[in-house]
Amino acid sequence: MKSPTSPAPGAERAEGVFDDFKPAYTDSQALTEANRCLYCSDAPCIQACPTGINIPEFIRKISTGNVRGSAGTIFESNILGMSCARVCPVEVLCVGDCVYNEMGVPPIQIGKLQRYATDHAFEAGWTYFEAGADTGKSVGLIGAGPASLAAAHMLRRLGHACTIYEKRPVIGGLNVTGVAPYKMKADRGAEEVDWILGIGGIDVQTGVEIGADVSFTDLEARHDAIFVGFGLGPDSRLAVAGEELAGVAGAVDFIEAFKLGPVDLGGVQHAVVVGGGNTAIDAVRELIGLGVPEVTMVYRGAEAGMSGYLHEWKAARIEAASARWRTQPVGFVAADGRVAGLRCVKLDEKKQPIAGSEHEIPCDLVLLAIGQSKLGALLADVDGVRLERGRLVVDADGETGRPGWYAGGDCANGGKEVVNAAAEGQRAALAIDAWLKAGHGLRGQ
Amino acid sequence: MPDLSTNCAGIKSPNPFWLASAPPANSGEQIMRAFDAGWGGAVWKTLGQPIQNVSSRFGAVDYRGSKAIGFNNIELITDRPLEVNFKEIYEVKKRYPDHAVVVSLMVETRQEWQDIIKRSIDAGADGLELNFGCPHGMCERGMGSAVGQEPTVNERITSWAVEYSTVPVLVKLTPNVGDIVPHGLAAKAGGAHGVSLINTIKSIIGVDLDTFVPRPVVGGLSTNGGYCGAAVKPIALHMVGALAREPSFGLPISGIGGVSDWRDAVEFLLLGSSSVQVCTAVMLYGYRIVEDLIEGLNGYMRDKGFARLDQLIGRAVPQFSEWGDLNLNYETVAKINADKCIGCQLCVTACHDGAHQCIHPKADTRVPVVDESECVGCNLCQIVCPVTGCIEMVPVDNGFSPASWNQHVGEGATLRPKKGVH
Repeated sequence: MKSPTSPAPGAERAEGVFDDFKPAYTDSQALTEANRCLYCSDAPCIQACPTGINIPEFIRKISTGNVRGSAGTIFESNILGMSCARVCPVEVLCVGDCVYNEMGVPPIQIGKLQRYATDHAFEAGWTYFEAGADTGKSVGLIGAGPASLAAAHMLRRLGHACTIYEKRPVIGGLNVTGVAPYKMKADRGAEEVDWILGIGGIDVQTGVEIGADVSFTDLEARHDAIFVGFGLGPDSRLAVAGEELAGVAGAVDFIEAFKLGPVDLGGVQHAVVVGGGNTAIDAVRELIGLGVPEVTMVYRGAEAGMSGYLHEWKAARIEAASARWRTQPVGFVAADGRVAGLRCVKLDEKKQPIAGSEHEIPCDLVLLAIGQSKLGALLADVDGVRLERGRLVVDADGETGRPGWYAGGDCANGGKEVVNAAAEGQRAALAIDAWLKAGHGLRGQ
Repeated sequence: MPDLSTNCAGIKSPNPFWLASAPPANSGEQIMRAFDAGWGGAVWKTLGQPIQNVSSRFGAVDYRGSKAIGFNNIELITDRPLEVNFKEIYEVKKRYPDHAVVVSLMVETRQEWQDIIKRSIDAGADGLELNFGCPHGMCERGMGSAVGQEPTVNERITSWAVEYSTVPVLVKLTPNVGDIVPHGLAAKAGGAHGVSLINTIKSIIGVDLDTFVPRPVVGGLSTNGGYCGAAVKPIALHMVGALAREPSFGLPISGIGGVSDWRDAVEFLLLGSSSVQVCTAVMLYGYRIVEDLIEGLNGYMRDKGFARLDQLIGRAVPQFSEWGDLNLNYETVAKINADKCIGCQLCVTACHDGAHQCIHPKADTRVPVVDESECVGCNLCQIVCPVTGCIEMVPVDNGFSPASWNQHVGEGATLRPKKGVH
């Protein structure tokens, strides 16, 4: 049965046109790759994984035919191991640190092996975790993205009751609404949400905005500890006249739209994506995949300075993306109330406009991928919570500075990977557990 | 070009590579294709009263992605009419007069031995191989390894064969014995011109985890098979070496057991074999592997300056010693080449859990350090290291004169202090 929070059926989602960029392994492929793993001691790949998955161990278990145990090893460290297998930038994490790189031998495809094990676990319905004995304690979690889900699952294993408050109708955060569809589609992300919630005792209240529908005082009265995992806000804007034109949209909004439902790109001949980060690269590849004939990335820095991963940009280039480096939008050209072009200037090495360099890029769709706004200001009135330019400042355990309040994921790290959110959520859950077991608690204080 | 031709117990062939008596040497058509591919000889699949085989017959051990590092079978001797086999032997010898065709035999009574030997020689056999080795099926009928395990029976039947044969007689020995030497000596006492070894090792290759039936499965049951393939080579090398160094033995040896490439073959030659028989690797990959066998041996002989095979046959035998004669004062330590090390630290775990706890991780680097004052020189780190030439076992000049255990006990020779004793 589909829960009302799930994405639309596959046929109705525009993302359905995408194939997996890294296809699933067959049994033979997985065995061959697993058998190549050296089973290193104190392996560098483990150290490179934010959640510290015992990678050589899970790979060895694939090679011995113990796939159930393999997936268990993964989930023990990362309950979002299924989605992370698909969305992690393994090239710069575990795979990048495989010792085979030192040998000049292709590194082990850890992500694909992790997908093999975790997909098998999902398909077989193996279960690994039970809720711990009830402690009588309750934790409120703000936001239903990866950080809160990882935290809540660990808290349930430790016996604490959990309530997740999510202001939007969809559970799962960017893992459902934002992941590039050639890595994972929305329904698969939603399946993982259901799988995590399967531990029981996690009450997810959608359509509830903390600070508006429930006051912070009420929240502290309901729960013994709070975890903040509300991620980032809407797409940042350029603050350039014409942004309100039809055909100009935030990249995150656009991605969510085509992941959850249909989009109409009929007639778009040339799309421009503004930005040089991973969302920008994703948007470029997605527009190409959705059939836009020409897609150009416009970035104010140089190719070497882009914050997006090089391996992702290489893939985009292979898919025929083009880019204009050191280029800054300064205005929009309108025709019939729609965007018809982007006016830009070239920037010098100090990112200063070069006189006389103004030019126009004709286009009929502009996506802004210049970052997302920070939501920390929502907590401006909560005494003790430390903020820095809209980001929650936390220590290694996720403590915010206000006793009993913890945070993790994009709202605290400024916007990183799903695997970082999973790691921070789990780590905060362990810190919350220790704090509660030490006799603390917000209720009754 | 080095001369690869050989003469094993009077049986001559253009190179030392023979197909062993087994499925690849089942018929004339196969053996002629093998000779065309480059094989120097073939031992015809054992002739006797044709049998009825079971289905299925083979099983294998896979290890970490390598298929069939060990193999076993429960197939019996030839199931083809004897007259067909003899006709084909005649055809093969007529077309390939310079290749060795040895006929493997297994029958029961003295009369049967006399008859089958005569017919084999009449067909053109260059030599005979008495199958005293198969450890499955035929042994239950008093043949195969049932003969090879009883030195007196071995000697008696060998003496019949030698009496009736006008061509060299090899006795194929079973490894399913405690010590191979008395069995080789029994063949010699019977008058054999040489021996071939090893036949297969009694084995259960595995068990089906779902049906609880050992493999290979025959209608819900299984039986022990004969184990062979790459995994048995060390056992075969030991038995070949044990006979080669036995002063009272002295017969030519045809080496068999796990030969898959030219290096394996050279090892058998160095331990005293004057021909090398191959079965499993051919079953797995075909007759074509002989190209590498020939090229590899050729290249090795050129590199080492050997012009003829007899210059290398047996060269490792004098160095196959008793433990009590090993130099206890010889000392090596492991040295890790930091430039080659990839930081897998498999050596650290192996040394800590499986050896003498003398390789340690070091701060700020993935390259471990060897505590040479504790290193016993066991080789384990070098064995687990995935990088060729990264870990070397380097001799240490410790100032002690060579001293074996026997010299220590007998003559009071001084031993160096023990290392790695906690």
